[in-house]
Amino acid sequence: MSRYREMTRWRRNDLPRAAILRSGQSASGRASGCLVLLAAAVCGGSAMAEPMGLGREATPEEVAAWDIDVRPDGQGLPEGEGDVMTGEMIYTERCSSCHGIFGEGEGRWPILMGGSGTLDQERPVKTVGSYWPYASTVWDYIHRAMPFGDAQSLSPDEVYAVAAYVLYLNDVVDDDFVANADTYAAIELPNADGFIPDDREATELALFSGEPCMTDCKEHVEITMHAAVLDVTPDGAGMDLEGAAIAPGPAETAPEGEASAMEPAGTDDMEVAAAEPALVEQGKALFPRCRACHEVGEDAGNRVGPHLNGVLGREAASVEGFDYSPAMREMAADGLTWNADKLADFLIDPRSVVPGTRMVFPGLTPEDAKAMAAYLGALPEEG
Amino acid sequence: MAETRRAFLTAALAGGAGLVAGKAAAQGDPAITELQPWSRYLGDGVDARPYGKPSRYESHVVRRNVAWLTADPISSVNFTPLHELDGIITPSGLCFERHHAGIAEIDPAQHRLMINGLVERPLVFTMQDLMRFPRENRVYFMECAANSGMEWRGAQLNGCQYTHGMIHNLVYTGVSLRRVLEEAGLRPNAKWIMPEGADASAMTRSIPIEKALEDCMIAFRMNGEALRPEQGYPLRLVVPGWEGNMWIKWLRRIEVGDEPWHHREETSKYTDLLKDGKARRFTWEMDAKSVITSPSPQAPITHGTGPTVISGMAWSGRGTIPRVDVSLDGGMNWYRARMDGPSFDKSIHRFYFEFDWDGRPLLLQSRAHDSTGYVQPTKKALREIRGVESIYHQNGIQTWHVNERGEAENVEVS
Repeated sequence: MSRYREMTRWRRNDLPRAAILRSGQSASGRASGCLVLLAAAVCGGSAMAEPMGLGREATPEEVAAWDIDVRPDGQGLPEGEGDVMTGEMIYTERCSSCHGIFGEGEGRWPILMGGSGTLDQERPVKTVGSYWPYASTVWDYIHRAMPFGDAQSLSPDEVYAVAAYVLYLNDVVDDDFVANADTYAAIELPNADGFIPDDREATELALFSGEPCMTDCKEHVEITMHAAVLDVTPDGAGMDLEGAAIAPGPAETAPEGEASAMEPAGTDDMEVAAAEPALVEQGKALFPRCRACHEVGEDAGNRVGPHLNGVLGREAASVEGFDYSPAMREMAADGLTWNADKLADFLIDPRSVVPGTRMVFPGLTPEDAKAMAAYLGALPEEG
Repeated sequence: MAETRRAFLTAALAGGAGLVAGKAAAQGDPAITELQPWSRYLGDGVDARPYGKPSRYESHVVRRNVAWLTADPISSVNFTPLHELDGIITPSGLCFERHHAGIAEIDPAQHRLMINGLVERPLVFTMQDLMRFPRENRVYFMECAANSGMEWRGAQLNGCQYTHGMIHNLVYTGVSLRRVLEEAGLRPNAKWIMPEGADASAMTRSIPIEKALEDCMIAFRMNGEALRPEQGYPLRLVVPGWEGNMWIKWLRRIEVGDEPWHHREETSKYTDLLKDGKARRFTWEMDAKSVITSPSPQAPITHGTGPTVISGMAWSGRGTIPRVDVSLDGGMNWYRARMDGPSFDKSIHRFYFEFDWDGRPLLLQSRAHDSTGYVQPTKKALREIRGVESIYHQNGIQTWHVNERGEAENVEVS
C-alpha cells in the first residue's frame, strides 16, 4: 500500500503534516517511522531519517561489476595469479611507453622505481618502492586506472603479473615471485611506517592563532626572490612585464577554437569525409582511445606517439622530431606510405603489420579501424 | 575591437590617465562626441544567443594551464582567472579543471549511483530517483590541495591565476549525503565511505563517516544549472572545507566500510611529505588563506596615482572569514580590510582595501583570520614546520611587488 494512497485519504488540514513526515524534518515523525520501518539496530541513535523508498536494491551481479576496490588487508583481491616474468612482458607492451622499460618514467610520466633513502633529501623521489605504504594500492590502481587510456582492460591475472613486476623493479619481491590473493596480501612495502596522521591541530593551529602584530612589525623589508627571474609563467597570460598590460583580443585567444580543432575541416580536405560522414563520426568517437598517446588538430605535437595530422598519404616514420622505432623506420625505408587500407590494417594489429613497433595498442576491430582511418583522413593536414 | 581597448590601455600607460582625460576635455572625447555604431544600428535579436556568453571584449578571461607542470593535458589542471573576477561566486565556465583521465561525457539517462558495502540494502539510484530527495542549496569553495603548491620553494609563477587559481566557489544544489546513506541503512560498523567516479581514472578517496553524515552533499547543479561536464556532470560529491580531490566527480558509487582504503590518491598523492621524510596523511581540511587578486601580476594598476582599489578573496575550510588584514609594505604595517558581500561557512569571502596610491612601489600582502581564530601564516612559518616538499596545503601569505609604473610581480620578502 503506497504512502501516496494513504495520503489521499487524509483530510485537507493533515496534508502539511504528511509533507513534513516525508521530508524527514520532524523529530517525532522520524522516530516513529523508524520504529515501524527499520530494524532496531539501524535506529539505535534515533538520528536516522525515515527511508523514502527511493532507488532499488542492487543485484549481486551489479555490485560485483563495480565493486573493484582493494584494501591493505587484502579485501577485494580477486582470484587469479601472475608472476614477475609474465608481468615484464605485459608491462613492456602496455606500460613502458610512458613509465619506461625499467620504471624510470618517460618525460614527465610517473617514475615507478628507485628513490629509496631520498624522502628526507632535497628533491625526494617518491615511488612504489620508496614512498607507497601498501602493495594493495598498486594492485587497485593498476586495475582501476591503467593502462592510461585503456582502463580496466587488464584481467586479474594480468594485474597480478604487472603488479608483481613493479614490485620486482623495486626489489620488494624476487624474480620467482608468484602473486595471488594470499601471497600479495602478505607483502609489506618499505615505507609502510612512513606516514603520520594529520597533526596540524597539535603542531600548527595554536601557533597560527591569536592577535597578530599590526604596526611596526619589522624593522625593514627586502625582496628575497622574484618570480620573473625564473620566467616559467606561460605566455598569453594577459600581462607583459616590459610595459603595458595587454588584454589579448579574440585573435590571440580563441577558446572556441578548441572545439573546432577537432572538427573535420573545410571542403578542400574533405573527400573522405564527404564520402562517408557517418564513418568519420564513428572514428571520431573512437579517438579517445588514441588520445593518451597521439594528438590531432591545431597545435598538435608529438607525445608518446607522433601527431596524426595529415597521416593519410604520409610516408611512414616521417613526422619531424619523433623518435620512431627502428622497425618503423625500416618499413618506411621499404616504402611504407599510409593509405586508408594500410592504416586500418595497422590499427587492427600494429605488431603484425610492423613487427617491433613501439606502438603499444591492443588493436581495433576491422570495422572500427576503417572508421578511424576515415576520421584521420578527414583531418586537415596542418590541424 | 580588442584593439580599441588595448590602444586605450597602452595610451593610458604611456601618458598616464591624466593626459587622456586632459585631451578628452580639450577636444571632446570621441567616445562621446562621435556616434557609436551600437548607438545607431540594431543588434542581435533575442534568439541569436540561446546560451549567452561573455562580451567579446572579455575573451581573454579564460582558464589557462601551465603546460610544463604535467606530462599531458588529459591528466592535468588549469586555473581560474581570479584576477578578472570579483564578488564571491565563480562563473561556471571559469572554474578550474583538474582531471585524471580527461572529461567523462556521461549521458544522465545512463548514469547510476550505487551504495554498497556495510549497508542494510545495497541500492541503485537513477538521476530521477536522486531528484526526489529533499534538496538543499549551499555555497562552498572547492580548493585543490595543491593550490599554490608550485610556490613552496619560492616565488615562481607570475599571476594569481597560477599561484592561487585552483579554487572556485559555487552555489550547489543537491541532496544530503546523509539522507542517501540512510536510505540504504548504515550498519553499526560503518566507519568510512569510499566515493568513486565513473571516469577512466575511477577516482576514489576514503572519507570518515562523521564527515559524510555531517555536511556532505551529492550535487547535481552548480550556480543553478546542471553541473558542467568538467565539474562532474551529472553528479559530484561536495565535501565542504576539505581538499578538492575528495569531491569525487562523475560520482557513480559509494562504498561503506569499516577501514580506509589507502588508495593511490591518499597515499602516493595528497600526502604531505615533511622535512624528516615522514608524511602526513589524511590532511583533509583546507587552512585559512587569502590572496589579493587585483592588483596582481596579470592585473596591474593602469590608472596612475590616486584612488586605488585593492580587491581580494579569503576562505577557510574551518568556518567563515570575519577579518582580513592588508599590508602595503611587505608586512611591516597592517590595516583591516573591508569585508563585503555575503559571508557563508566554508565559502570564499570578498575583501576590499581602498587607498590613495602616491606612486611609490608597494609590497602588497593579505592575511586571513578565520572564525576559529586561526591567522594565515607566512610562508616562512610554514616552511619551518613542514619544509618545502609537501606539495600540498601551501596557505602562506602571498606578496605582490607593485613598481612605480603599477606593474606587479610575484615576489618573496624577508
